Amino acid sequence: MPTRLPRHVVPAAIVAAALASVALPASAADKVKIGFVSTLSGPSSALGIDIRDGFLLAVKLNGGKLGGLPAEVLVSDDQFKPDVAKQLFEKNVKRDKVDFMTGVVFSNIMFAALPEAIDNKVIYISPNAAPSSIAGKDCNPLFFAVSWPNDAYHEAAGQFANTRDLKSVYLVAPNYQAGKDSLAGFKRTFKGQIVGENYTKLGQLDYAAELAEIRAAKPQAVYIFLPGGMGINFIKQYVGAGLGKDTTLLLPGFSADQDVINPVGAAMAGLFNTAHWSPDFSNAANQKFVAEFEKEYKRVPTLYASQGYDAAQLIAAAVRDTKGKLEDQAAVLKALRAARFDSVRGPFKFNTNQYPIQNYYVRTIGNDGKGGLVNKSFNEPILKNHGDAYVQSCPMK
Amino acid sequence: MLILEQALNGLQFGLMLFLLAAGLTLVFGVMDMINLAHGSLYMVGAFVAAWLVALTGSFAIGVVGAVALTFVFGMALEIGVLRTLYARDHLSQVLATFALILILNDGTKMIFGNDLPLSAPAALAGPVELLPGLQYPAYRLLILAVGLALAALLWLLVQKTRMGALVRAGASNRTMATAMGTDIGRLFTVVFGIGAALCAVAGALLGPLLAVQVGMGENILILAFVVIVIGGIGSIRGALVGAILVGAVDTLGRTLLQHVLREFLPPQWASAAGPAIASIAVYVFMAIVLAIRPQGLFPARGG
Repeated sequence: MPTRLPRHVVPAAIVAAALASVALPASAADKVKIGFVSTLSGPSSALGIDIRDGFLLAVKLNGGKLGGLPAEVLVSDDQFKPDVAKQLFEKNVKRDKVDFMTGVVFSNIMFAALPEAIDNKVIYISPNAAPSSIAGKDCNPLFFAVSWPNDAYHEAAGQFANTRDLKSVYLVAPNYQAGKDSLAGFKRTFKGQIVGENYTKLGQLDYAAELAEIRAAKPQAVYIFLPGGMGINFIKQYVGAGLGKDTTLLLPGFSADQDVINPVGAAMAGLFNTAHWSPDFSNAANQKFVAEFEKEYKRVPTLYASQGYDAAQLIAAAVRDTKGKLEDQAAVLKALRAARFDSVRGPFKFNTNQYPIQNYYVRTIGNDGKGGLVNKSFNEPILKNHGDAYVQSCPMK
Repeated sequence: MLILEQALNGLQFGLMLFLLAAGLTLVFGVMDMINLAHGSLYMVGAFVAAWLVALTGSFAIGVVGAVALTFVFGMALEIGVLRTLYARDHLSQVLATFALILILNDGTKMIFGNDLPLSAPAALAGPVELLPGLQYPAYRLLILAVGLALAALLWLLVQKTRMGALVRAGASNRTMATAMGTDIGRLFTVVFGIGAALCAVAGALLGPLLAVQVGMGENILILAFVVIVIGGIGSIRGALVGAILVGAVDTLGRTLLQHVLREFLPPQWASAAGPAIASIAVYVFMAIVLAIRPQGLFPARGG
């Protein structure tokens, strides 16, 4: 027969529990909780996986902490579906009560899920997607892009095409916000003629019809924005169709990083691409990042991984500078805007719309000395201290 | 040159669609069973091929092995699960085979993971000069060749062999065929197996062009149903004509139609409108066929 507790213990226990549960929230946060939602499955999963691995590496190198507080990172997979991302954001914000949301790769998925964070006053740190609308009229004090404005790589590529005296270019991008931003960015700086502009379906993998069109248009160069699996398939089929011989293929870093180089292989050698970061940058933060990433994950980091790492570092800087008082959101936002951390890309600063102002470089794909291919950057940036074309429309000053 | 290249693209897509539609129309025609899990057999074929190619390093072994294994898997599925559905109404078949899609999707995810890489053999990675000025990818030529060969083989099988005669009889009038003494049970098993094998060929060959991932069968399944409705249930010839028609319309929408639209629409709208109009055209065509000639263009059913 179970022994019964003395009569006064049970009510006392209940009161004690009630007091304890009331007492807890009053102190400063004892850990920083981050919701990480990204594309971790499907043909473009390499992007989300790299951002996640870069982010978690930063946490690990700081002993499981960010800015002095133990970090709890809740990772989940949006499966490249906007509605799934929205649900995951809602869960992280409402049930898990995270301090920051981050992780999304694709602009369309981010648009669907972002309101769940912003409307509930949770800060979103974008390690990738950074659409033109949020750089301009829809800018938001709770939104920070730690990567680049969507147009930037493409503006750099357009400028590079000018320096190469290219007169006619055919453009391809997927038909979604980032795709439109990309070709708008290229056209902003490119001074030659656009002989074709083709928006394909997001997620499309068979480009036979589009490649035939390109061949008929006979451009000097082809510029594509096709991230992830889309780019891998396009480049393979481009080579398969024999287009590589007469037409230069110009790429943004998104379609020319390690996640594309590995599956496509030798055909990538010698191709030029533009990016804000390259694995061979010589600053101390980057050398440490690349060495630790290769040691931990046995592969060369992509620009996506560098963005994930920097996102974690940015959060760490904010936690450190507010001494862990995350409830004071105004102080957190001020610390985030100051962005006092050593970015792997070199000097980092935010524009008034909380998008980066930074340099963009031309990279070329060359031998890594071990039988593989890797990106190598040119020292002189193609665009220096470059912001974006939308900051004037942003009310934040 | 552009028209020729696009025509080849449309033909290539149409022939792969035909491989799926042929199996589907036979199953529907001969066994009167709606098999929604047909697209999942296409997915299984692609995954097994990707797995075998990674295991053996040979694309040919991968494809042939995938076809053989999917053939056996198809027959096992028929004997084990689908046999019970023949006597039931179409709605029960839809529900049961839909459940099968979900089971196969999750089963594949558990065994192989969400996706597997599959590359075309290096020897076929480059172009072939068909005519001066027309270069076409070697790998797509392989797909065209295999598709045409299988279409011819199926025609031979159905028109010239005894089994083919039984299949045509069963598709035409099943009750009569049973009354005439054919061993329907074994015929059904083999027909289903062949359908599964054809799916596997399409899955393995299209794997390098598309992506081998869970759920890849769903999109192409809908098109396959449209094809067999247009072509006529139970008719291989109808499946071929329907598939090539659908392939041609899809390619036209993605290319030539866009040229026309670009004259008066901004490029983003033209790029989105072209494929959308092509898609609508396919379904409108199916609706017209259903209205005017509901048994399809080349009906197999007799009286």
